[in-house]
Amino acid sequence: MSMPFYVSPEQLMQDKAEYARKGIARGKSIVALEYDKGIVLVAENPSRLTKIGEIYDRIAFAGVGKFSEFDQLRKIGVRFADVRGYAYSREDVRCMALANAYSQAIGDVFTREMKPLEVEVIVAEVGEPLLAGHEENVIFRVQFDGSISDHRGFCAIGGAVEGLDTFLRENYRTGLPLGDAVKLGRDALVGAANGAAPIAPERLEVCTLDRERPGRKFRRATADELRAILG
Amino acid sequence: MPFRGQYQGSSFFELVEIDHPQLRPERPDGGFPGAGAMPSFPHGTTVLAFRFADGVVVAGDRLATEGHRVASRELQKVFPTDSHSLIAIAGAAGPAIEMARMLRIELEHYEKIEGEPLELEGKANKLSQMVRANLPAAMQGLVVVPLFAGYDPRRGIGRLWKYDVTGGRYEETEFDASGSGGLYARESIKKAFRPGLTRDEALLVGLQALADAADEDRATGGVDLARGIFPLVCFCTAAGVEEVDREAIERVYREQVLVARTRAGAR
Repeated sequence: MSMPFYVSPEQLMQDKAEYARKGIARGKSIVALEYDKGIVLVAENPSRLTKIGEIYDRIAFAGVGKFSEFDQLRKIGVRFADVRGYAYSREDVRCMALANAYSQAIGDVFTREMKPLEVEVIVAEVGEPLLAGHEENVIFRVQFDGSISDHRGFCAIGGAVEGLDTFLRENYRTGLPLGDAVKLGRDALVGAANGAAPIAPERLEVCTLDRERPGRKFRRATADELRAILG
Repeated sequence: MPFRGQYQGSSFFELVEIDHPQLRPERPDGGFPGAGAMPSFPHGTTVLAFRFADGVVVAGDRLATEGHRVASRELQKVFPTDSHSLIAIAGAAGPAIEMARMLRIELEHYEKIEGEPLELEGKANKLSQMVRANLPAAMQGLVVVPLFAGYDPRRGIGRLWKYDVTGGRYEETEFDASGSGGLYARESIKKAFRPGLTRDEALLVGLQALADAADEDRATGGVDLARGIFPLVCFCTAAGVEEVDREAIERVYREQVLVARTRAGAR
């Protein structure tokens, strides 16, 4: 009869966390920034597989880590939001409920499953002036173990979070116009990649939640628009 | 993951069927009372669609009837389903409006899940499946027969489809109308239609057709000048869906439709 090795819960969790962190660190980081008219999400992503996506009218999603895993989370989020909007009203679909659901789901996998999800996600919601209690922008970050945090102004996910946070804390100011916010996001990502050459517009994925758009606020910036902004 | 359901595809309609059956549109599986015992419910009446130079026009009157009574004077029967397509509903108002709403969510859901929208043909086909799914309800009297129209950017033209209760989908090359006054509206368009109508001409043809339908069919609402209620007219072109504003409709109605129909000597 074989005896299973004893592994302490602390050790088990540490091992899982380390495994997840390593997986996440392999990919590139993403930043979300509030600008004067909404929220902009900036990712270095030369591929056609997108990391940023639309969830609902005012809600966007961004994920880093293993593509198949965070893309699955994105789709689950779209289903969650659309069912809510169908059962209640479009205004009843809220970022907080979704972020909590992600936190529960990712946390559950972390504690129950052998392999944790190697992902980290941002769920962002642009404020709506006419919706009492929801005038402000909201940005949540959910980590691989399900821990959730609330961010104001900016938020970063991915392997280089610490560097990005330091950079943005020093350089971010409120009320930036869109162009400046995109540049700041790019500069932060360049710094995170140890400041080699600036990232070409073609290698950036930039999406906005623009408060002034009617209906669906989410928009993906085209390569031409990015070239115009970044020169 | 706990909030992850069974369904993994990209259709919202199927998602509701499989993971949230409590939310699905009513589907009497034979357990519905027979037509004789059917309580009365509102009906939407006349809608039409036809092509013009820049795309397609979709229009509808505003009346909903419940037997011989007016259920609503300002029912909306034309709904944008996304930036470049529209549905116009006729038949049992409740299920029809629900179908329009479901189609809109369906198209948006697909676009979000898959990262790109369906082709216009795909959208029309999706609606066909919804109409077919409504067949058991239609057999009990809850008939929904929509028109679907949109701008096809690939071909650079407006296109329109009509449906039957079984979900049969028929693309019309020029024009069609549906609902109790649909026959009259269709005949009216037929007389005035020619390929390549301008925007102004198209608006006039649409309003004339609805006026003709309201003239011959008591369940179709005409223009109600006293209350300021006018038909709903939408253009769908390369630039997207655009609702014609009330003032423009009123002007055309007063200056062209009404004048031509006023008997000499009458005021």
